[in-house]
Amino acid sequence: MSTATAVPVAPAGALDVQAIRRDFPVLAQRVHGKPLCYLDNAASSQRPQCVIDAVSDYYETSHANVHRGVHALSQKATDLFEGAREKVRRFIGARSTREIIFVRGTTEAVNLVAQSYARPRLQGGDEILVSRLEHHANIVPWQMVCQQTGASLKVVPMTRSGELDFDAFRSLLTDRTRLLALTHVSNALGTIVPVERFIAEAKRRGVPVLLDGAQAAPHLRVDVRALDCDFYGFSGHKMCGPTGIGVLYGRESLLAAMPPWQGGGDMILEVTFERTTYNDLPYKFEAGTPHIAGAIGLGAAIDYLETLGLDRIAAAEHDLLEYATARLAGIPGLEIVGTAPHKAAVVSFTLRGVHPHDIGTILDTEGVAIRTGHHCAMPVMDFYGVPATARASFAFYNTRDEVDRLVSALHVAQEMLG
Amino acid sequence: MDLNDLYRDVIVDHNRNPRNFRPMPDADRHAEGFNPLCGDRLTLFVKLDGDRISDVSFQGSGCAISVASASLLTESVKGRTVPEAERLFATMHALLTQDDAPVDVPSLGKLGALSGVREFPARVKCASLCWHTLDAALHRQSEPVKTE
Ligand SMILES: Cc1ncc(COP(=O)(O)O)c(C=O)c1O
Repeated sequence: MSTATAVPVAPAGALDVQAIRRDFPVLAQRVHGKPLCYLDNAASSQRPQCVIDAVSDYYETSHANVHRGVHALSQKATDLFEGAREKVRRFIGARSTREIIFVRGTTEAVNLVAQSYARPRLQGGDEILVSRLEHHANIVPWQMVCQQTGASLKVVPMTRSGELDFDAFRSLLTDRTRLLALTHVSNALGTIVPVERFIAEAKRRGVPVLLDGAQAAPHLRVDVRALDCDFYGFSGHKMCGPTGIGVLYGRESLLAAMPPWQGGGDMILEVTFERTTYNDLPYKFEAGTPHIAGAIGLGAAIDYLETLGLDRIAAAEHDLLEYATARLAGIPGLEIVGTAPHKAAVVSFTLRGVHPHDIGTILDTEGVAIRTGHHCAMPVMDFYGVPATARASFAFYNTRDEVDRLVSALHVAQEMLG
Repeated sequence: MDLNDLYRDVIVDHNRNPRNFRPMPDADRHAEGFNPLCGDRLTLFVKLDGDRISDVSFQGSGCAISVASASLLTESVKGRTVPEAERLFATMHALLTQDDAPVDVPSLGKLGALSGVREFPARVKCASLCWHTLDAALHRQSEPVKTE
């Protein structure tokens, strides 16, 4: 392929990347003497100063425990914490903050649904449907609940391009299917799954749907009502927010009928040794002191992303994806793994003669940070018959120059080991 | 950090042309090693003549460091006794993990090329996988060896 003709032109009216980069203090550093080129955003993004400030301001001026004290600080902390919940609600288009549960991240969101929604309902012979594209976080909790209940796990197969086989999916939906747990965007390949079609079909069969939004929330506009999904989980740290905070959205009617997952303070209304009355939604699912600073930081991250505009973010990242795809495809011996027509800005690849782990080390000495390995998606690696891939994943603060640096560093790797 | 210190010529050569890279149907011992983090997977075969390692070979796939390390291992333990191989394992372990290990690097011959790995902590497990696997083979350990 000739890269000269394949490289698209940057869209007009785009984000001011240089100004945006100044919002991220971490990006200004040098690594091994080279300017940091951070292309591991699918693993975790970086944070802008406003998020860091929101967290430290909170600790400097407003910290107390929430939902308890009558004193001024407790009220302030509670207002900030609940304010963050409202920001999350708006961000994903939920009806009510009663549907927004703060959790540690996507992993905990899935586990909560597996244990509190699925486990009490499942019986031997029932089926949970996942896909071949899933991150381990959307596989293992289902395997665990299947072991606990005698239900079985069914897997929607994928195709060579990294898409899901819709016809196979339809035939896997049976009257024993109790839940469909599906990734919105694949972390290993970048595939954007056309979840609307899958949800519509599942709904037609009366099957509730959980979406793993870990890779979608930072990059696409998510509207849980338009999607008509029942559960949606995502992680703060992948969308410029703090680590240790994430969100489970759940349809209120389902959440209301679910038993609590963990017991403790905050999730109760009244406790006697004979009987405990559980708190209302969403607190029923938030036992113990929550990650208050994390939630506030996540609220600040949402403000930041919304100020930039999710559509402009998506456009900037799409430009990087197209540019990177064209440049990488021009490297002899490089094979892109995952070529779905609709992708987030993730490029997984292998390089002839150079193992991904060596690529990772060599790129690191050039200041270029990428992820190598199985990306917590071993079934995807197995599908392609590779033990690992190298993966560059882009955020809106990355530049075409950084793509060029990735490409030159790959040439270094090839010269060294290829 | 200097990449040339990690990917020395010996390592690059043994990665491109691994020695003793073959199955051994009549092996007396074999063991599997797996590094789940990067997907390195190897099987090590040993033929014993009494206490002496009369032949050793490996198969599998992995990064340049793990392949070269396994290749160098096979060259260096062939003909040695089991206790000698075990002492070499201890020496290599020290070389790979301790900053000022009391190791006489020149006496290690080609294996000394792995001394650069220490500066790359994320890669130490790649270099040591084959040694742990050899240890398991010599001790008839049936569970696959995992480094993570
Ligand atoms: C698609 C997907 N699902 C789930 C997760 C797990 O997220 P976390 O580790 O934040 O719980 C990740 C993160 O790597 C992911 O990419």
